[in-house]
Amino acid sequence: MPQTTSWTSKHLLDLESLTAEQIAFVLDTADTFAEVSTRSVKKVPALRGKVVVNAFFEDSTRTRTSFALAASRLSADVIDFSEKGSSVSKGETLIDTARNIEAMGIDAIIIRHQAAGSAALLARTVKCSVINAGDGAHEHPTQGLLDLYTIRKRFGRVEGLKVAIVGDIANSRVARSDLWGLTRLGAEVILVGPPTLLPRAFERLATGPGRVRVVHDFDAVCGEVDVINMLRVQNERMKSAQFPTVREFTRWFGLTWDRFQRCKPDVFVMHPGPMNRGVEIHNEIADGPNSGILKQVEYGLAVRMAVLYLTMQAE
Amino acid sequence: MNSLLIQNGTILDPSRGLEMRADLAVVDGRIVATMPAGVKPDRVIDAGGCLVVPGLIDTHVHFREPGDEEEETIASGAAAAVAGGFTTVCCMPNTKPALDTEAAIEFVIRESERVGLANVLPVGAITKAREGRELAEIGSMQARGAVAFSDDGTGVNDPSVMRKALQYVKMFDGLIMQHCEDHLLAGGSMNGGLVSTRLGLVGIPAEAEQLMIARDVLLNRLIGCRYHVQHISTAHSVELVRRAKRDGIPITAEVAPHHVLLTDEACSSYDTNYKMNPPLRTQADVEACIEGVVDGTIELLATDHAPHLAEEKELEFQYAPFGIIGLECALGLYVKALVTPGHISWMKLIDMMSTAGARLIRSDRGTLAPGAVGDVTIIDPNLKWKVDLSEFKSKSTNCPFVGWELIGRATHTIVGGAVKWELR
Repeated sequence: MPQTTSWTSKHLLDLESLTAEQIAFVLDTADTFAEVSTRSVKKVPALRGKVVVNAFFEDSTRTRTSFALAASRLSADVIDFSEKGSSVSKGETLIDTARNIEAMGIDAIIIRHQAAGSAALLARTVKCSVINAGDGAHEHPTQGLLDLYTIRKRFGRVEGLKVAIVGDIANSRVARSDLWGLTRLGAEVILVGPPTLLPRAFERLATGPGRVRVVHDFDAVCGEVDVINMLRVQNERMKSAQFPTVREFTRWFGLTWDRFQRCKPDVFVMHPGPMNRGVEIHNEIADGPNSGILKQVEYGLAVRMAVLYLTMQAE
Repeated sequence: MNSLLIQNGTILDPSRGLEMRADLAVVDGRIVATMPAGVKPDRVIDAGGCLVVPGLIDTHVHFREPGDEEEETIASGAAAAVAGGFTTVCCMPNTKPALDTEAAIEFVIRESERVGLANVLPVGAITKAREGRELAEIGSMQARGAVAFSDDGTGVNDPSVMRKALQYVKMFDGLIMQHCEDHLLAGGSMNGGLVSTRLGLVGIPAEAEQLMIARDVLLNRLIGCRYHVQHISTAHSVELVRRAKRDGIPITAEVAPHHVLLTDEACSSYDTNYKMNPPLRTQADVEACIEGVVDGTIELLATDHAPHLAEEKELEFQYAPFGIIGLECALGLYVKALVTPGHISWMKLIDMMSTAGARLIRSDRGTLAPGAVGDVTIIDPNLKWKVDLSEFKSKSTNCPFVGWELIGRATHTIVGGAVKWELR
């Protein structure tokens, strides 16, 4: 078992508050857990007797499944709780829901919720561990960690790499977690999107050592980056008129075949899923040799095992 | 004959620019130059070391009655007012139903009289049900005692309705108080900027406020209705008001304590006690608001006292209601923000917290001149105290200043010559 001396928080709410050392420690811990999935008996007793609740207030397939699988590989019991809609609409507050779940004697709540700050609200309220599986447009720290892990696996390092994150940055919790994680580990982040989905303020977010650039011209930067992380185009954003049509979005901000030809030959292409093939990413690129998309899902499991293990061991 | 003698205090009366060590007498509810010969006062208050000032006036409170009496009532709000040194408050019409009829105005006035603490003066709605579509019965409400008109909680978004409102209110020489926010541009839950970007919360851009001020200044240029900007919060808003004044357009503005003390950084913990509308802005905005106070662009210090129950506030940030309470700590907060750092004098503070408010709503209060109504606040300017939730008279506790150490507090609040509250 890995030592937990560098990890003291029983919650994982964001990457913003983590140091480079803490992030590296989670990734190193994930390395030791990755091996578990290669065994014939894919299970270790690390969290035997513990109970984890997957509390999802928003649709999710891969994150929920990944957490459930990660918990079960650590021998924890997993309870599924899903409720769509806001706490207001269902008449019970999030705090009451959480207190009720906790009263059943559980050890960790994994929360996915449409409101930014909901994981922090929960962490202030309950005594058990809280793991943020995505809170509104704020953060999705385990996605950020698995993106870092995937990049580190591919390049052997994160420091010094140029990473483009492309699309609807303003509304993306993945972009925020990636931004914090990548800059902490010394990568240069280039955010690419239309000004309606990418406010200038992002440029002032980074606290180094890596820096952040805000760019509205994908073609101007696609040839210089080592990694391209394409974000999902969300159709509801179009209804709010933040860009005119999907076709126009694809033309300027999609990873088209033509644009891909002008990237570095070994450019590493990522996507947090679920993909809109032919919209933000060309079909053949998604399945091609440059794609790390399925690796992200695979590594996500080990990263979430590490996160569950570390937070639930912390005092 | 009822009589009260306040001895040994320092009288500060901005209405006459008067600052002097003197006694103040109130006989039968009116201030008198000297206690009549042979009269033994019913009560003598020793105000040694204290300031004796015209009763404080707050032009912006929410008392939630009718409709949300669990949050605040006229009775509990008036109790909070006098505990904070306020003798007169103007309550906003965003009740349920809205104060948009003569009967509703009458209700507030009668309830205020029945409670018998602070003078609670109603502000009527500009439009029916505050929906921003059709003018409410403004003339009848004013005749019944509405001191101003506002759809506070929202601005009047439709420019054609707003033009009519300015014209119509002008006919009665009335006063419009505008909640300046273009809701088509707003729609978020905190200030739009660096912090909202970091937190992943939808922002309310500063331009949402500025747009409505600029629009109303244009609409009012030829109409000339008395127009008041409620809870101003952005740097450029202050500049817009400054320019409009320079151009001779009738415009005044008020600020709230949180907009001269806090920035949007306070939202970083998603604590909903920092959620208000207009939202907390940036340091540059705070400094511009203070500058506006210093140079006279902003003439009034209000509270925007907005009670909400704890359970309403204990929500995800984006779902929690806007607003915080302020009546019971506003004086100490303004001292901290404006007087202690040397931005303004005590005289100017009292002007902005009393006399200017009376001027705005054309009340004969806000003065200690002989013959005036005996609304008097006695303030210990050196009293150190801590904001304590358990002391609040308000029914609600949504206050981000709990635990703050403040200097300066009302010790006696006298309304119509009667002591309605005193610090024990």
